Amino acid sequence: MASNSPVTVYVPRDSAARSVGADAVADALRQAAAGRDRPVEVVRNGSRGMLWLEPLVEVATPAGRVGYGPVAPSDVEGLLSAGLLDGGDHPLRRGVVDELPWLARQKRVTFARIGITDPLSTDDYLCHGGLAGLRRALELPRAEVIAEVTESGLRGRGGAGFPAGVKWKTVSECSDELKFVCCNADEGDSGTFADRMVMEGDPFMLIEGMTIAAHAVGAREGYVYIRSEYPDAVATMRAAIDIARGNNWLGERILGSDLTFDLHIRVGAGAYICGEETSMLESLEGKRGMVRSKPPIPALEGLFGKPTVVNNVLTLATVPVIMARGAKAYQELGVQRSRGTQVFQLGGNIARGGIVETAFGVTLRELVEDYGGGTLSGRPVRTVQVGGPLGAYLPASMFDLPMDYEAFAEAGAMLGHGGVVVFDDTVDMAAQARFAMEFCAAESCGKCTPCRVGSVRGVEVIDRIVAGEDRDGNLALLEDLCELMTDGSLCAMGGLTPMPVRSAITHFSDDFLARDAHAAARTARTSGARTEDTA
Amino acid sequence: MSDVPVRAAISAIVAAHRGQRGALLPILHAIQSELGHVPQECVAQLADELNLSRADVHGVVSFYHDFRREPAGRTTVRICRAEACQALGADALVACARDRVGLAPGETAADGSVTVEQVFCLGNCALGPSIQVNDALHGRVSVDRLRSILDEAVSP
Repeated sequence: MASNSPVTVYVPRDSAARSVGADAVADALRQAAAGRDRPVEVVRNGSRGMLWLEPLVEVATPAGRVGYGPVAPSDVEGLLSAGLLDGGDHPLRRGVVDELPWLARQKRVTFARIGITDPLSTDDYLCHGGLAGLRRALELPRAEVIAEVTESGLRGRGGAGFPAGVKWKTVSECSDELKFVCCNADEGDSGTFADRMVMEGDPFMLIEGMTIAAHAVGAREGYVYIRSEYPDAVATMRAAIDIARGNNWLGERILGSDLTFDLHIRVGAGAYICGEETSMLESLEGKRGMVRSKPPIPALEGLFGKPTVVNNVLTLATVPVIMARGAKAYQELGVQRSRGTQVFQLGGNIARGGIVETAFGVTLRELVEDYGGGTLSGRPVRTVQVGGPLGAYLPASMFDLPMDYEAFAEAGAMLGHGGVVVFDDTVDMAAQARFAMEFCAAESCGKCTPCRVGSVRGVEVIDRIVAGEDRDGNLALLEDLCELMTDGSLCAMGGLTPMPVRSAITHFSDDFLARDAHAAARTARTSGARTEDTA
Repeated sequence: MSDVPVRAAISAIVAAHRGQRGALLPILHAIQSELGHVPQECVAQLADELNLSRADVHGVVSFYHDFRREPAGRTTVRICRAEACQALGADALVACARDRVGLAPGETAADGSVTVEQVFCLGNCALGPSIQVNDALHGRVSVDRLRSILDEAVSP
């Protein structure tokens, strides 16, 4: 190593990594390296999604990128002395990151670049396959782009699972002068953070996907609606859009083609319901985020009444790779009608939380036990909530369920946006059911009565049940209320809130006993915990 | 703050954003970022300048959790209470805020030092429980850590 060219050290700038000290680690590295004879270049990459190792510091070596984590600022001196810059041995050394089994077993397609590149470097983007999808799309007639997306089997990753190609075709067949492409980046579900990581870790990919959509449907204008809880994602996307404009990846006659398309960021203002597509459109129009009745569908009458593609971040971000590699390569992954990969997000009480991108069909057990390593607390897993706050709570007996849209629907659950939230045996499921109703009451847009009033009544009925007041009568009333909310609500907010509530009652009925009996059952459960399977 | 600079500030913000489609939300964000909150008296002015009804503007301001009617404290601590953080003890953090500074979510200390809020998901679900202190996200927050953050926020 005689050469004095700088050693590249990577410290993620993803906000999850920053939340546990990545900025301080980067500063400590720069300072400590300044006093030594080897020049160091610190690159702020995205996160690999191995979040329990964050801040994960990587150093480029001839053998590959060697990772160390989780690194605290106080570890930096010791790491450098141990030969960090040559991939030297140290208790925090994890080995060559690409070869770590947790990562190597995955099928990274949408997340292929995330954690590897500097998110705002156009050189990095181009060196790692960026723009190949857009370049190919621009050479094809619109109808062929749509056919390719349809053939890939890509379904909306936001939760509803509607085929993306079908939606695009509807918009493309409208003759209006003005059409829009809207990206729903209001990722409000607890346990989901993949959209945030895409925007912070590979923003050009989302821009490229939206530009391909614009070409396919004939839109000239697009919006990314990002929730205000994600300030880093907002800042990175804004910076990326400016850079893209400067490189003619956005704007007039993109990359020398006939396509003119520009993109704008809109920031939400703290309303979960604006993740629902029609509420989001209302909010983009500057109004209260009230759900619209469908029909008309947004594809025909969307933003400002014009034909509009509304897709989730992951959906649009997956389009470039489909166009670059062809529909068949993507379609070959997955099972039955769930094609391609799904980006699962492991969170809550879990030892190894993060991003697991894999083909559909993986089981919950593989995710929670193999990838996740069980609970962080070391206690037994009691339940896993899949698909966000409106998703079902599943007991350990259902952990062999394959993760695909249809299998989950059949089991009375849903995949949603792929969030997997783990709870240990100390969880009180009556409290979780009550919270589901309380959350709905707080976040309902108020337009329809089953959701607005039903959720308030739901909290009251659950309170009466756990107070031991006419338990059977009130459980019957709660079931009746759940049925009414499911059948009578205008959108998924009221329509799906019964899902966590009903699943909690079905699988954890003991928790709905009167408080005294419940407390006794809980003590018995948690004190005998070690005899159960500990994942 | 006298009315005249507020009126002028709002007019300037409206002028800067008027060209955008559906400009009301970006305008309200800009007002809050400049003035620290959305004062009640701006409703009539916005209605007037944007050719909307007062009810429309009031309806939007009151619909979204982000828009404040009163200024926040110098430090805002937002505690995530969504399921993933609940699974790791978010409620203990809320209890800590209540014990340490006597504030429930949504309340501001009388001396204007700190505001405690609740939030449902900061997107840090694998590293919970999470809080946001002003704009900075913190993961794996213990009760002790929150206590020292709050102590620092209230000390003069």
